[in-house]
Order: sequence, then C-alpha cells, then structure tokens
Amino acid sequence: MRRIVQTLRALLCLSLLSLALPAQAVQPDEILEDPALEERARDISTGLRCLVCRNENIDDSNADLARDLRLLVRERLVAGDSDEEVVDFIVARYGEYVLLQPRAGGSNLVLWLAGPAMLLLGVGIGLGYIRRRGRARSMGEAETLSAEEEARLKEILKN
Amino acid sequence: MITELGHFCLILAFAVALFQTVVPLVGAWRRWPGWMAAAEPAALVQAVLVGASFAALTWAFVTSDFSLRLVWANSHSAKPMLYKITGVWGNHEGSMLLWILIVALFGGAAALFGTNLPPSLRARVLGVQGMIGAAFLAFLLFTSNPFLRLAVPPFDGQDLNPLLQDPGLAFHPPFLYLGYVGLSMSFSFAIAALLEGRVDAAWGRWVRPWTLAAWVFLTIGIALGSWWAYYELGWGGFWFWDPVENASFMPWLVAAALLHSAIVVEKRESLKSWTILLAIIAFGFSLIGAFITRSGIITSVHAFATDPERGVFLLAITAAFMGGGLTLFAARSEIMASKGVFGLISRESALVFNNILLGVAAFVVFVGTIWPLVSEMTFDRKLSVGAPFFNMAFTPFMVALGVILPLGAMLPWKRAKLGRIARKLAPAAVLALAVGALVWAMEEGRSALGPVGLMLGTWLVAGSVVDLWSRTGNSGFARLGRLPRADWGRVVAHAGLGVTMAGIAGMLAWQSEDIRVVQIGDTVELSGYEITLEAVNQVQGPNYVSTMADVRLSKDGREIGTMHPEKRVYPVAGMPTTEAALDNGFLRDIYIALGDPQQGGGWAMRSYVKPLANWIWGGALLMALGGALSLSDRRYRVAAGAAKQARVQQGVPAE
Repeated sequence: MRRIVQTLRALLCLSLLSLALPAQAVQPDEILEDPALEERARDISTGLRCLVCRNENIDDSNADLARDLRLLVRERLVAGDSDEEVVDFIVARYGEYVLLQPRAGGSNLVLWLAGPAMLLLGVGIGLGYIRRRGRARSMGEAETLSAEEEARLKEILKN
Repeated sequence: MITELGHFCLILAFAVALFQTVVPLVGAWRRWPGWMAAAEPAALVQAVLVGASFAALTWAFVTSDFSLRLVWANSHSAKPMLYKITGVWGNHEGSMLLWILIVALFGGAAALFGTNLPPSLRARVLGVQGMIGAAFLAFLLFTSNPFLRLAVPPFDGQDLNPLLQDPGLAFHPPFLYLGYVGLSMSFSFAIAALLEGRVDAAWGRWVRPWTLAAWVFLTIGIALGSWWAYYELGWGGFWFWDPVENASFMPWLVAAALLHSAIVVEKRESLKSWTILLAIIAFGFSLIGAFITRSGIITSVHAFATDPERGVFLLAITAAFMGGGLTLFAARSEIMASKGVFGLISRESALVFNNILLGVAAFVVFVGTIWPLVSEMTFDRKLSVGAPFFNMAFTPFMVALGVILPLGAMLPWKRAKLGRIARKLAPAAVLALAVGALVWAMEEGRSALGPVGLMLGTWLVAGSVVDLWSRTGNSGFARLGRLPRADWGRVVAHAGLGVTMAGIAGMLAWQSEDIRVVQIGDTVELSGYEITLEAVNQVQGPNYVSTMADVRLSKDGREIGTMHPEKRVYPVAGMPTTEAALDNGFLRDIYIALGDPQQGGGWAMRSYVKPLANWIWGGALLMALGGALSLSDRRYRVAAGAAKQARVQQGVPAE
C-alpha cells in the first residue's frame, strides 16, 4: 500500500493524467448472466466513486474495495432493487462522497446553478456591450494609430 | 563538479532574474534608455544560465550519478537512455526546473524576436517575465532544490515510475509546460501594456503569436496525455475530469478565448479590457494548475507535496501575480476604451459569444474542480464531483459553440446580413442534417449522442470547407494556395474541433466490449471481428519482465494481423503495468488488454472495438496544425522581417 501511495505521489508531478495502477476494472467472474441487468450495473457503477482511489469510478478501478462495491451493486440488482434503490443503499452506507455526480440539493445548488447563472450574466453583459458598440459614434479610425505609427505600419507593409 | 556548477548557475540565474525585474522596469518608468536596454542581455543571460543548470541535471541523470538525491529517487542504471533523459522532468523538482527553463527561454525569445517592439514596452515585458522567473527560481531554490546530494551515495537508484517510462508520457510534460508557461508571455504583455498605459491594435498583434504558440503547445500536451491514458490504462478511457486534468484544460479554454479576442483588438480595437483580463486570467489558471498539482490540496489522499511549505509558497506566488495583475487592471481601466463600432450581427459579436461560451465553460470546470474543497470547508459536506457532473454541465457549452462557430467564422466585420451567410452555409447544414439522420437510422440503440456528435462534426468540417471556398472568391482552386496562412489556419483548426467532437461522440456512443476468461486457442467474436488468443509467453525487457500474449485478429476469416497485449512487472519499482495492444484503423480501433491468469486456467482478456477513436487525437492534431499555420502567417513574418531588415540597414554604414 505504501508503495502505491509513493507511486501515486510520483505520478502527480505530471500535470496531467495521474491515475492509479493500470485498471483491470470489471473482472470476468463478476459479470451477470442477464445482459440487461449487467448493463444497468455498469451504468450505476460509472456514477459511483471508488473511495480509496483517486477520482476513479468503481467500474474502472481495480482496487479491492471497488470490486466489493461492484459485487454489492450486482447483488442488489439481482435482489430486484431499482437503480435508485441501489444508489440510495450505497449512499446510506458510504455517504454522499461516493456519488460522482453530487445531488442538486442544499448547498450543492450553488454548484449546479453556477454555470447557468454565469452564462446569463455573460450573455447580459455581452449583449449590453454589443448594443453600446452599435450605438457608439465612430470615433474615426485615424485615432487608433498615431501618425508616427501609421508611417511605421506603411513601411512594414511595403516590404 | 558539474552538479555544483549547475547549482551555482541556478543561483546566478536567480540573481540575474532579480536584476532583469528591477532595472528595466525602473528604466521604463524613469525613461532611462540605458536601464531599459539592460533587459535584453539580462533575459539572454538568464536563459543561458538556466539552460546550463538544466543541462547539468540532465548530465547527472544520463550518467546515473546516484549521489544526487533526485537521481537516486527517480532513476536506475538499467533504464533505457530515453527514459533516463525524460526522467529529469518525471519528478517535482526536475519538472519545476523545466518549467523555469521554459520561462527563461520564452524571455530570451522575446528579447531576440521582440526588436520591433517600442523600447519601453519591451523593457516592461522582459521585466515582468523576469519577475515570474525570479518567483519560481526562489520557489525551486528554497523549497525544492534538485541539486541536493546524498551523504552516502547508494549503489543503484529506485527507478522511475514505470507508468512514466512510455513515449507518450515522456514528452507530455514538456509540451504542457510550453503551453502553461507560454501564457506567461501573454501575461507579461498584458501587464506591460497596463504599465505603459496603452492598449492598441499593435499590442493585439504582438501578443497574439505568443498566445497562439502557447495554445498550440497546450493542445499537443493535452492530446499526448489523453492518448497515453487511452492505451496505457487498459480499458481505453481518454478523459477523466480529474482535478489534475482540469488544471490543464482550464488554461486551454481560456487561451482559446484569448487568442480569439486578441483578433478583435488587433483588427477592430474593441474588447480591449476583456482581452487584457483574459490574458491575466489565463496565466492565473496556469498558476492555479501548478498549485493544484503540486500542493495536493484538492484530493488530499494523493498529496504530492507532503511538505505544506511548497503549497503555501505556490499559493503566495499565485496570489501575488493575480492580485497585482488584477489591481493594476482595475486601476487602468480608462486606457482600454473600445473604439470600433459594430452591429449585433457581425464577426465582433460572434467572437464575443465565442468568448462567453469558452469563458463560462472554463468557469464551470473551475467550480466543479474546487467544489469538493469549498463544500467541505464551508458546509462540512464531504462530496465528490466527477465525470458525470462535468459531462452534463460542460457539454452543452461545446455543443452551442459548435453550432454557432461556422456562422461566426464567416461573418464579416462591423455589420453583416445573416441571410447571406446562411445561404452560403446551407449546403453544409443540409449535409450535416443528412449525416445525423442517416446515423440515427442506422444505429442500433436509440442514443442521441452519436447522431448529434456526427452532425456537429460534419457541420464544422463542411462549414470550414465552405469558409475556405468563399475566401477564394470566383477564382476557384487557383487562389486556394495563395490564401493567407491565417485563413488556412482558422479553417483547419475549426475543422479539427469538428473531427474531435465526432470522435468523442462516436467512441462513447458505439464502443463495444467483451470481458471474459479465454483459454489458449479460444476465439472471441466481437462486432464482426474474431479475436483468438494463440499463446502467452514470458519476455525479458531491459528493466522489466513481460507477460506477452499473441492474439490473432481477423474478420470474416481473413487475417488482419497479430496483436501483442502485455503485462509488465518492473522489479525495482515493484509495480505492474498494462500495455494494451491496438490495431489502429481510420474508422475504428481494436483494443485488447491482457488480464490476470485465472485459477482454473486461461487468462482474463478484455477486447474492445472503439469506433472513431483516432479522430479524437487526429482532431486535436488538426487544431494544433491550424494554430501553427496561423502562426506562420505573413503578417507576423513580415513584421519580424522588417525588423531584421532595419537592423541590417543600420549595420551597413558601420562597415
């Protein structure tokens, strides 16, 4: 384990991609007989975090805990739980930290609304700016460059 | 001895960087030509000194000098030479030295190629660049010195992390740093212009090539990292919305916005304050990226710098540069008044919307990245923000961007009629809709992802072709070759974005997989391909032991080739890696990864068919190529050439 932590640290010196060990993820013996049920299990798995890994979902992780969680998900599905019930069951056991997509309740509203709010703000400011530019009287192109710079520009363009 | 020289050069470089900060800035303020002129030699000397220091560290790695703590911790005598060299930046201290080297090289390049800048602006640009160099040199010397010795040199090293012993990852950091640090030039230009009290079209023209170069490098760096993840991690994921990835993606988005808004400054003298702000923020995101990756604050389990001192130091650097830059920005708002006049339907407005979409997209990524930290600190809620959130919150912005891009790229400046552009683009739109409908009809599942992605991709590529064609006027093919490189660059880069979008959508929507235990001789059938495990052998590599499988790939009984997925164990590092085997194709990749041997005999084998996979990186390459074409445009070369000529003319009478 210490080794894993060390290598993880070493990896982090790269600015990009630093994930855990090569993932073996879902093992052949875990796969359910029923393809529809397996499909649902995979869908649920991609939304659940492997708690001991770096930002990996349990579907991609090869940690033992991830395997336990994958088996647990499948167990609940075989027992007849709906997708929501399975997720609720896992969250009840491991806390909302396990969810890769945080629920949009309480303080998390800030997270979910930050994007749309910023978009509205941006579009508002942008439209206001564009309207002002549309109304502005032309200040004359000559003002943008001094005479000296005009001459220099001409000289450059001539060459 | 060489190590000590390298160490000494680094300390000298720090002194030179301080000189380069103080003297030119004071000179520009007091209008003393001699002091201003000191910037150029200082920048060159700093580049040479840091270069020498980097060469000394590289020498220590190449000769496996294990008396150096850093070499001992990250190298091994049996390691192939390529990875001895790339091991220099495969660790915190060495990568920081590489970062500083690039800061100094950019400074040196600005000193060499910036001869057409007004002297005071050049002095200020180099002064600010020197300040950035000095800050990071101090960080390196005081918290993460790469030149520390071990009292008792060990017999051999601990080897480089095996995951880093790979060509994709070996060259990923230098490109990424060229991008990150390239944005320091945009920052220096922005600060210099604010100090100078002048933001005009000429400034827009000067700053754009540096931004463009940084963006091109960042594009290549991110693509290399993503490609590495794809083939190395054993199941073909290519993007994980990890904080460390986001740290590189945010500057990319902001740099993309910046290089578009700088066009408006250059051509139309508008959007000045926004462009300056973007230049400051873009470098700010680079600094935040360095902070996130090296402080380990976001995902504390994976703390890289166990020493909190480093994190605090980096945070102080970030705060100082951002705080100073933004304060200066606020104080100088009066010099950045827009001059151009334009209507609602114009290229200016289209670029404003481009900036809004890219900017808000970067903001969404930023909020998602820091939310776990904020939530835990302020609301005491420990939670995760991962791929599902980012996919949902980020994708709409890129879709919107893709929809308006072909229209915006073709709109004329000032005032335009949407109808005329729409008529020109009608064939592209019809083609895109037809492709979308066809794909929708043909696909098995009813997922919208594939059809929408391919429709957008077609729209962007076809729109780019229309854009290029309309530039030729009526003279047709003959003019294509004579179009400005900037036009070619724009078209190629926009088409590249379309290719990447189509690739991502295609791969995510239609990939098929097979995970099972196979005995030697078993055949797996997957999407019309037959995959046969023929043998598994032990192979000895230079510093690893490999379990290599021979897998025959065929379709309809016709053999396509033999693939060799591997599992390697690096005994020194004590770590296994997966080397997936890939059969690359234009329309699909076949991806095979070998798993563990099973108790009842046989091997776990994972096979995937990944449609359009290579389009993701192909599109990124096209984007980078477009940037490079734009960078080679006549208007930048002409300016450089004119300066050179002026110098030559000055030189003649002296002879």
